[in-house]
Amino acid sequence: MSLLDVRNVHKTYANGIKILKDVNFSIERKECLGLVGESGCGKSTLARLILQIDSFDQGSILFEGNALQNKSERRLKPYRKNIQAVLQNPATALNPKLRIKDSLMDPYLQFGSQVNLKHFTYTSEANFIGQLLESVGLPKSFAERYPHELSGGQKQRVTIARAISIEPALIILDEPASSLDVLSQAEVLKLLGGLRETLDISYLFISHDLPAVQEMSHQIIVMKGGVIVDSFEKEQLFCSDRHSYTKELISMFE
Amino acid sequence: MELVIKKKSKRRWRMTVLFTVMATVLAVAAYTLLILKHDPALVNLGERLWPASMEHPLGTDHLGRDVLTRLLLGAQLTVGYGLLSLFAAVIIGVPFGVIAGFKGGLIDRIFMRIADAFLAFPDTIVAIVLSGLLGPGIENLLLAIVLVKWVNYARLVRSTVITEHQKDYVTVAKINGLSSFGIMRKHLFPHLIGNVLVLSSLDLGKIILLISSLSYIGLGAQPPAPEWGAMLNDARPYFQSNMLLMIYPGLAIVFVVLLSNILGDYLRDAFDVKKEVES
Repeated sequence: MSLLDVRNVHKTYANGIKILKDVNFSIERKECLGLVGESGCGKSTLARLILQIDSFDQGSILFEGNALQNKSERRLKPYRKNIQAVLQNPATALNPKLRIKDSLMDPYLQFGSQVNLKHFTYTSEANFIGQLLESVGLPKSFAERYPHELSGGQKQRVTIARAISIEPALIILDEPASSLDVLSQAEVLKLLGGLRETLDISYLFISHDLPAVQEMSHQIIVMKGGVIVDSFEKEQLFCSDRHSYTKELISMFE
Repeated sequence: MELVIKKKSKRRWRMTVLFTVMATVLAVAAYTLLILKHDPALVNLGERLWPASMEHPLGTDHLGRDVLTRLLLGAQLTVGYGLLSLFAAVIIGVPFGVIAGFKGGLIDRIFMRIADAFLAFPDTIVAIVLSGLLGPGIENLLLAIVLVKWVNYARLVRSTVITEHQKDYVTVAKINGLSSFGIMRKHLFPHLIGNVLVLSSLDLGKIILLISSLSYIGLGAQPPAPEWGAMLNDARPYFQSNMLLMIYPGLAIVFVVLLSNILGDYLRDAFDVKKEVES
């Protein structure tokens, strides 16, 4: 059984725009699935559907074989503890009025009693926050800081630390590096790659940056205008039978 | 670096002084009754319009009442009424704003139309009309002030909730299964409290001005209440012979209004975490 199955999902916005048309794919355990496509093709909408903060019209999303749609927030809780997200813009992903430690504690305060941590251990809040910050290469002293005292790359590391804090099975990475400078981009991607191996997490890595996706993922799907046009193992990226749109994307990065 | 620390400590020092002064004003206002030597309402025509003396440090008014006593008691009335109506406006406005901002849709639209109706008229006009309709008196004036002021708080809170609600950190909180109440308490409340405090300290000055000006024209506090605006009105006929009788309450009003404005500015800086570091 796959970790996550997305089957025949359709989504129409209130203004009548069909943003997703018959989307199908699955994510295996401990695997990174890359999702590539241009801006506005429905990548982030898809992420919101998987994260259950938006509803869809047709189809189903299954986590470990259990359908998620039409569930009350209470019944979604066992699912929410297994899925986290790192969003595109670290500047707005942390509450500017809260210290880093308070932002980091959100997932644990919600799900701490229901999860069995393997990598981290919770003895005290300060100790736990210290472990989280260290795991993303930040000094423990950052716990007391406010988000505006950190650089973009550092903030993104904090949001990554928040996402891994309850050791979820799946993390949705919605363009996690695109708003960072080139150096921070490389560092964040390297960090994410390392964490996946240590913590045995699956990723859905959403990006328009084909080389980054190729670097991170095992399997790649290509989306255009709300439709998945191509799907392949990353080694087959340069095969001649790729879809014309995939070839177009490849040529842009050459 | 040294300069930044110096600037910060200088500001902190000023802030402390301001708070002390404001606290003193409030304390004086609250405890005036305990330290009074004279009855503020006791008419003694034998002592009318006396100049300053040891017995009456600021002299006596046209009915022979001690001006200092009345001024101090006036602080209690004016600042006390100001705080009371402000508190009521916040208590009514904040929940309205939270509900409208959070729920959106029809509730929000209905709320906005009500708010527009209140905002269409200037504060003073509404207060005058209401005082006129319900009759002069401090209770009706306070009611009028609450009616015109609650909208500001509701709108402020509503717009803060709407702006912050769209940010990614709220999305992440939803992903983490936080309830609306949890999001409100942990993530939005810290944004609201600063904004509301700053607006209310700025508003306090305006409200005091409104109470005083309406009392001056006879719609607020009624004689013999020693409200500062009413005292101004009482002293008006003696403007040429005993000018000080108007200057004392006038200065008192200016002092408290300025104080609340400056305090509002400092509070705004204090709640802006980002600005503190940049400056």
